[in-house]
Amino acid sequence: MSITEQKKIEEIANADYKYGFVTDIDAITLPKGLSEDIIIKISEIKNEPKFLLEWRLKAFRHWQTMVEPDWANIHYQKIDYQDISYYSAPKEKPKLNSLDEVDPKLRETFEKLGISIDEQKRLSNVAVDAVFDSVSVATSFKETLSDLGIIFCSFSDAVKNHPDLIKKYLGTVVPYTDNFFATLNSAVFSDGSFVYIPKGVRCPMELSTYFRINAANTGQFERTLIIADEGAYVSYLEGCTAPRRDENQLHAAVVELITLDNAEIKYSTVQNWYPGDKDGKGGIFNFVTKRGVARGINSKISWTQVETGSAITWKYPSCILQGDNSVGEFHSVALTNNYQQADTGTKMIHLGKNTSSTIISKGISAGKSNNSYRGLVKVTKKADNARNFSQCDSLLIGDKCGAHTFPYLDINNSSAQVEHEATTSKIGEDQIFYLNQRGISTDDAIGLIVNGYCKEVFKKLPMEFAVEAQKLLGISLEGSVG
Amino acid sequence: MDKYKNIKESFLNNFKDFENSLNGESKSDFHKIRKQAFNNFYELDFPDRKNEEWRYTNISPLLQQSFSIPNNNIKLDATDLPNHILKGIDAYVMIFVNGKFSAEHSHLENIQKGIKIRCLADCIKNNDKDLLQHFGKYADCKNNIFTSLSTAFTTDGAFITVDDNCVIEKPIYLLFLTKAGNVNIQTQPRNLIVAGKNSQLKVIEHFSSTDNSTYFTNTITEIVAQENAVIDHVKLQEESINAFHIARMEVDQERSSNFTSHLISTGGKLSRNDLTSKFNGEGGEAMLNGLFLIEKDQLFDVHSFIDHAKPNCNSHEHYKGILDDDSHGVFNGKIMVRKDAQKTNAFQENNNILLSTNSLINTKPQLEIFADDVKCSHGATIGQLDNDAKFYLKSRGIGEEASKEILLHAFASDVVNHIKIDAVKNYAEEIITERINERKKES
Repeated sequence: MSITEQKKIEEIANADYKYGFVTDIDAITLPKGLSEDIIIKISEIKNEPKFLLEWRLKAFRHWQTMVEPDWANIHYQKIDYQDISYYSAPKEKPKLNSLDEVDPKLRETFEKLGISIDEQKRLSNVAVDAVFDSVSVATSFKETLSDLGIIFCSFSDAVKNHPDLIKKYLGTVVPYTDNFFATLNSAVFSDGSFVYIPKGVRCPMELSTYFRINAANTGQFERTLIIADEGAYVSYLEGCTAPRRDENQLHAAVVELITLDNAEIKYSTVQNWYPGDKDGKGGIFNFVTKRGVARGINSKISWTQVETGSAITWKYPSCILQGDNSVGEFHSVALTNNYQQADTGTKMIHLGKNTSSTIISKGISAGKSNNSYRGLVKVTKKADNARNFSQCDSLLIGDKCGAHTFPYLDINNSSAQVEHEATTSKIGEDQIFYLNQRGISTDDAIGLIVNGYCKEVFKKLPMEFAVEAQKLLGISLEGSVG
Repeated sequence: MDKYKNIKESFLNNFKDFENSLNGESKSDFHKIRKQAFNNFYELDFPDRKNEEWRYTNISPLLQQSFSIPNNNIKLDATDLPNHILKGIDAYVMIFVNGKFSAEHSHLENIQKGIKIRCLADCIKNNDKDLLQHFGKYADCKNNIFTSLSTAFTTDGAFITVDDNCVIEKPIYLLFLTKAGNVNIQTQPRNLIVAGKNSQLKVIEHFSSTDNSTYFTNTITEIVAQENAVIDHVKLQEESINAFHIARMEVDQERSSNFTSHLISTGGKLSRNDLTSKFNGEGGEAMLNGLFLIEKDQLFDVHSFIDHAKPNCNSHEHYKGILDDDSHGVFNGKIMVRKDAQKTNAFQENNNILLSTNSLINTKPQLEIFADDVKCSHGATIGQLDNDAKFYLKSRGIGEEASKEILLHAFASDVVNHIKIDAVKNYAEEIITERINERKKES
């Protein structure tokens, strides 16, 4: 830490006392390290009610007794948890005057993704002109939503405005004792999204962090909570296909979904964080706990994910099918290139009667990467007539990468029907030759074949996302052959 | 691990008794291997459920028991053998009673040229060079407490060697019969099979018991298939309903060798089978099939590992389970395709039928692939007898029970039909029928 930085911190610390608690949140960076004091501080800055602080502290105390898990098929240098600042203001990026000042490489990517000029500007922090005012667009969306009684806001706002809902649902799906990273998140989470869809309301648009003002910068320890009350429906989008240059190395997010009777939540993710350079240096470590509980009868939770970024991806979006007739779905495309490592999959836990789940997982490994599918299907004793179908396919590009599957099937009910199948294959030289012959370059040919292979998952994504995701795969795979 | 101190001490006492009973032999080269293995055993901890390989299998019921070395003077009754020996088989027969070779009951006459069938005890006594060359080289003691234990107590078993270019017509039938009486005994049969280049061999291992007593079988079979060798292996496991059966089979496959294994398992309170087949040369073929029928509170666990270390090898694996009452089945099939093992074909399938609400199956088919030009697949299904099929049969005037029987036979036939030795195949069918009839009687 340089002297100026240190001074800055001191200044801020002093400022804290000067202005009391009504300080500008964005200007605060806490010193590195993790202790109860830091957590109290975070809670203070965010002006949180007492129950939340206590919850954070409970989580922290529990976290101290835990050991970092090492069962996953990933290798990385141990993280020094005392060398991280657990609360930092979003970094102020230099404002640029025109797109010409943007890194040409980044622009090239935008171009390939087909992102509009205005959006390009927004993403690369160019001052936006009056024509495209994302703020006003977002405001009009907000009005429509609030008319319907939908609550869609940042987590901190929800804590302030709807503490009863938070108190009722927070940690009911992912308890603070759940796992090392989720517990860490529970202790120090900075912000995130909160969605509540009231009874019988079908959310008219796809909700996305993109339209949430104040959320342009994703925090390091995000926490998302989505509740669909009886008969409600919502489709939620997380992430963005555009490349994201983020300074935080460790990301440990938690997502909790709850559906009551006849409700449905569809959660789509596109993750394209910095994967590190060609030699495997740098890149984001992404340790995420995502879980949904289909609490009511006939309710449904559906996860769709496209994972192309991050140096390490460790995430298992899961469904607990508690209500009778509830449905869980998991559709995933995970692509790893260069030195990326992904250990991802799902858990389907059947508790209620007549529950069914589907798992479609497509892994693609290229370069020197390793891609693992790890999944659990559990049918408990009382889950009569449970049904599961799983398919996990792996595609290998090049002979230096690895594909692994670790499916666990634990079945304790004789009326269950469970099927699992997995295949591994590579792109045939004859397939590429055929496309080359018709004037399609090798890179494009691979893009075509891979997209065909992932089609089943892409068609589950909302339209715009699907188009961008397809292009994204092509870009991530560039130069992986020949 | 203080928790398991008692059982360790009891094995330590057994080992001391065992050493004393050896007389002069305790100074031999072979005994050094045993001693080292025992030290190894004493250092290691018994696996608990935190160990990924033992995640679903709790061995504490085994560890609560204590076992003694079997008494040499057990005599078989006149009916014991005829009741348990495989009928209608034309084979070279080796009978082991409580883990000891019994020459009077065995039939090793007119043996074909090119094969040597010996009992391990004799070879150990004579410090046989062939034995020392291969023994323990494939089933490594390191980090495996049960292998260490087996090696430490190795006394007897079958040692079969086939010369190059010899096709052995008759199968070799090994019957391990346990007559424990009222004492909890431990037996540690140990087999070693070395098939020379271009040779062909069929081996049947059969585990059975005269009564329902509690005992502990810890068996290891090491198999070497030299270039072009063809080995057909069948294991019938019909231990007593109160027995503990821990087994390991290690197969070393050289270039273009062909290995087939069938495991039919119905017995044991707790049984665990570790099967490993490793391709050390190109062009190898392996087929691992199995069928387990379990009921009451039986626990059956199979862990297979097919190691594609060399290119151009094929493996097929098919395991089927029929589970009833409160039984618990575990299948863990791992296929590893190493970095340069291109043109690998590896197929694996596991199907299970749960007949009762309280039965439990844990299956984990696992693929680890580091080469790109491969075709690998695995599948796992869990279900019950197809209602449509049952209805179809019933509509043709076949009763509920009879149609169940037909469907279970059909389910098992995928595995049973691959068995090449007719006598064994018929016997496997009989076992299934017997199981179904037992079920009928109960209900």
